[in-house]
Amino acid sequence: MKIIVCIKQVPDAKDVRLDPETNTLAREGVESIMNPYDQHAVEEAVSLKEQLGGEVTVLSMGPPQAEAVLRQAISCGADCGVLISDRAFAGADTWATSYTLAKAVQKIGEFDLILCGKQAIDGDTAQVGPGLAIQLQIPFLTCIQKVREVTEDEIVMERMMDDGFDVVAVSYPALLTVVKDINEPRVPSLKGKMKSKKATIKVLSAEDVGADSSCIGLAGSPTQVVDVFPPPPRGERAVLTGTIDEQVAQLTEKLAAYL
Amino acid sequence: MLIIDNELCIGCGDCESSCAFAAIEVIDEIAVVGDACTLCGACVDNCPVEALHIEGGEKAKQVDLNVWSGVWVYCEFRCGRLANVSLELLGIGRKLADDRNVKLSAVLLGADTGEIAGKLIGYGADKVYSVDNPALASFTDEIYGAVLSSLIQEHNPEIVIAGATAIGRSFIPGVANILGAGLTADCTQLAIRKDDGALLQTRPAFGGNIMATIECPSSRPQMATVRPNVMKALEYDRDRQGEIIDVQPDPALLQAKVRVLETVISEHDDVNIQEADILVGGGRGLDSEKGFELIRQLARTLSASVSASRAVVDAGWIGYPHQVGQTGKTVAPGLYIACGISGAIQHVAGMQSSETIVAINRDKEAPIFNVADFGIVGDLFEVLPKLITSLEEYKKS
Amino acid sequence: MDYFLTEEQEMIVDIARQITDEKIIPNRAELDKKDEFPRAILESIGQADLFGIPIPEEYGGFGGGCFDIVLALEQLGRGCIGVATAFAASALGIYPIIVAGSEEMKKKYLAPIAAGEKFAAFGLTEANAGSDASGIQTTAVLDGDEWVLNGTKQWITNGGEAQTYTIIAMTDRSRGARGASMFVVEEGDAGFSCGPKEKKMGIRASSTTELIFKDCRIPKDRLIGRQGTGFITIMKTLDSSRPGIAALGLGIGQACIDEATTYAKQRVQFDKPIISFQAVQHLLADMAIQLEASRALVYASAKHIDAHPKDMTKASSMCKVMATDMAMKVSIDAVQVMGGYGYMREYPVEKMMRDAKILQIYEGTNQVQRNVIGQELNKEYSRK
Repeated sequence: MKIIVCIKQVPDAKDVRLDPETNTLAREGVESIMNPYDQHAVEEAVSLKEQLGGEVTVLSMGPPQAEAVLRQAISCGADCGVLISDRAFAGADTWATSYTLAKAVQKIGEFDLILCGKQAIDGDTAQVGPGLAIQLQIPFLTCIQKVREVTEDEIVMERMMDDGFDVVAVSYPALLTVVKDINEPRVPSLKGKMKSKKATIKVLSAEDVGADSSCIGLAGSPTQVVDVFPPPPRGERAVLTGTIDEQVAQLTEKLAAYL
Repeated sequence: MLIIDNELCIGCGDCESSCAFAAIEVIDEIAVVGDACTLCGACVDNCPVEALHIEGGEKAKQVDLNVWSGVWVYCEFRCGRLANVSLELLGIGRKLADDRNVKLSAVLLGADTGEIAGKLIGYGADKVYSVDNPALASFTDEIYGAVLSSLIQEHNPEIVIAGATAIGRSFIPGVANILGAGLTADCTQLAIRKDDGALLQTRPAFGGNIMATIECPSSRPQMATVRPNVMKALEYDRDRQGEIIDVQPDPALLQAKVRVLETVISEHDDVNIQEADILVGGGRGLDSEKGFELIRQLARTLSASVSASRAVVDAGWIGYPHQVGQTGKTVAPGLYIACGISGAIQHVAGMQSSETIVAINRDKEAPIFNVADFGIVGDLFEVLPKLITSLEEYKKS
Repeated sequence: MDYFLTEEQEMIVDIARQITDEKIIPNRAELDKKDEFPRAILESIGQADLFGIPIPEEYGGFGGGCFDIVLALEQLGRGCIGVATAFAASALGIYPIIVAGSEEMKKKYLAPIAAGEKFAAFGLTEANAGSDASGIQTTAVLDGDEWVLNGTKQWITNGGEAQTYTIIAMTDRSRGARGASMFVVEEGDAGFSCGPKEKKMGIRASSTTELIFKDCRIPKDRLIGRQGTGFITIMKTLDSSRPGIAALGLGIGQACIDEATTYAKQRVQFDKPIISFQAVQHLLADMAIQLEASRALVYASAKHIDAHPKDMTKASSMCKVMATDMAMKVSIDAVQVMGGYGYMREYPVEKMMRDAKILQIYEGTNQVQRNVIGQELNKEYSRK
């Protein structure tokens, strides 16, 4: 089974915040990590490979330092890594990103499954997975929380819905996005780390994949950011005072409207 | 491309400290941009001497904007129910349509939708495109996506909005991609820009630490998904007049490679915490599954739903559908009561848009108090029983 | 401080640190409370290839040395030495096979350990044979094609959880120091059973049981090395394992300083964080000095042992004594710095204090270690 996993290097979102005094983005030593949902996608791919045999390729669109997450994936069981990187991709929104990844996938070749994390924690859009599937003209399923059965012909899964889940089946090729429930990502192994150290990451440029310049980067992005600003401040913060009984009484008053 | 005017640059480093991606730094007293730049523009805004600006590339896809007219709302129907968010979207849709002086249409996909189409008119729609077909009984991205895309291509609405539900966040990106349209996810605000009538889409990013406003300058339709409980539905007006159009889709659109084998509705009907008006959330501070019972009791008293932090879900006291936070669900209820939740940023990202936040925690330094409107610093096992009793007594009186 | 680790050594530290932070620390209080064997965590350790560190490459291992295992154990010990002891005891258990086993024996038993599929345990101690190993009374008698073992081992780590047990038994008491031999006993062997888990002050996640041999019959080829070499194999095994125990002491020491210092910065009394007060600073300073000095000695000893395997005794005893005495003192001082909070089970340091005590006792008490060091000095100076 040939599986491609799309992963992204993201800033650790919890460390990014707006300095309320200067209204600027403050990033004291924000670390770059593999998008947490993508860790689950890598784990699932490696697990499927262990069951059915095959190969797992990890793919990322990003600047040169994104190589680090490709190597991290190899240390957790992926077989090889591909980085598609080019200044021309800067400013890409989810449409342009889907297009670019699709060109990279076409360059990588045949596959049975593409796995993605549900969303990236910096953009939080959850759009690239479905967009990529549309570009490649393959069916897709989002929010997979469990793989029930996988055979040479098809894969049967549970797909999370707001009110429960649907049991779905699809044959290959297909694209799946996964949620964290699906598995527990493994810690890298020593052998894995040594393999990732020696691995050669294939780097593709816009030209290597024959990307149309009007479909990538800012030019290929139908959406554009016009403004960035801090979230509205919350109302008066009041820690209630008095004895516990007094505080409970005050809170009851305030909550009375909801009864 | 980020353009740096070396003459104007004074090497102050404000750009460097404002960049979330570590993509720009001052080297030898001049700002230099690196590969990680995403053209978000934060540095441009922060430069005190206006030495930075962003130049766009040639956009090939320039559509004739005038051909596109009308505001559409995708209305979600599943297992016999219309999702509440659809009515909320008709509320904001009405305002957008009125600001643009165009019609508001609802699109309803499903099987045996019965009276729903008529109801949508009462909630603000001028037109309802009703696609009632057995092939739509179960949700599949392929069929729903094909049907909606084809309708959009036929009728050219300038704006299409949908709920940021599991279904919406799944197939709407597919639709946007098919159409080459711009889509903004999880919007918390939508407005029409006065001078050119463009849709301004505002959403949180970085787990809610910053807000971003987005537009689609040259593509149509302008698409957005909107979180539940953010917009307000209009009052139902049963005298409102409108047109219901029964659409019979081309059978070629009703083919799917995905098979839906079974639909399993959670036995607790309160797993859809995103639609709850009041949430009582429990965290690690409750110590044990037994302690967590207090949360359920308080929820019953307030007729609220129960939610939880990641620690609690990981400990197995309640299922994942109840998890609020960055890796769980994002909620925005009218009232969120956080009990024994420390308020780590990954949790707060999932609930900070709640209208009113109450926190109860024994640790007065807990970060949750920074986002709470009211807080009690105290032992949960003392406060919660007293609060429950107090509220029950209030209800009786 | 920078100890100039190689890239591969950094990998070991990174992996062990990740396991500690993600899997051990969140679960340690629960494991301690329930006396629960950390099977899931050990599986993660196995899947990460760490069990393979001391096993030669040709048997599926990493072919690492003493220093590599010390680095892994220090990190895991920072999380919980109960969990780390389970890991260390498995390495201890297969060491006799590595040192003295035949080729077939190594092939059979080492690969599953390296793969993390099976655990091992080391069976020496008995009711009458603690510090005095020669007091063992378990016997092994050759009967045709089988050895028959009779006796009881006491306080064996990983008892009941391991699959591979290396046991020392008397084969010919008349031959004195050459009267014992080592054997491999497998879970499921006829006549072999394990007692119930002992209730301990600390390292409660570690399973400690009796091993009971009642006419336990095992095939002839389970003899490890030549008959009569039991005590020699034991000595070699314990010599190499002591730095690992010392590493557990470093782990506790580091964890205690982390907790105590963080607390001292947050706890405000008399309008200041208590770290502003000299009394607290001096406590923390002494803890830090002792930790770093122990670390330097443990690392130096481990590297010396890797380079001079025939000269390991004094170095391994010294680092064991220093690091474990340090762990005891530092954990007591950490509780002191944290005051009332330090005493509460909700905070991790009281467990560390309870855990630390065993380090001064097992793998040769620190009193016995001092004997050993004294005797080594005696030998050294006789040669001069």
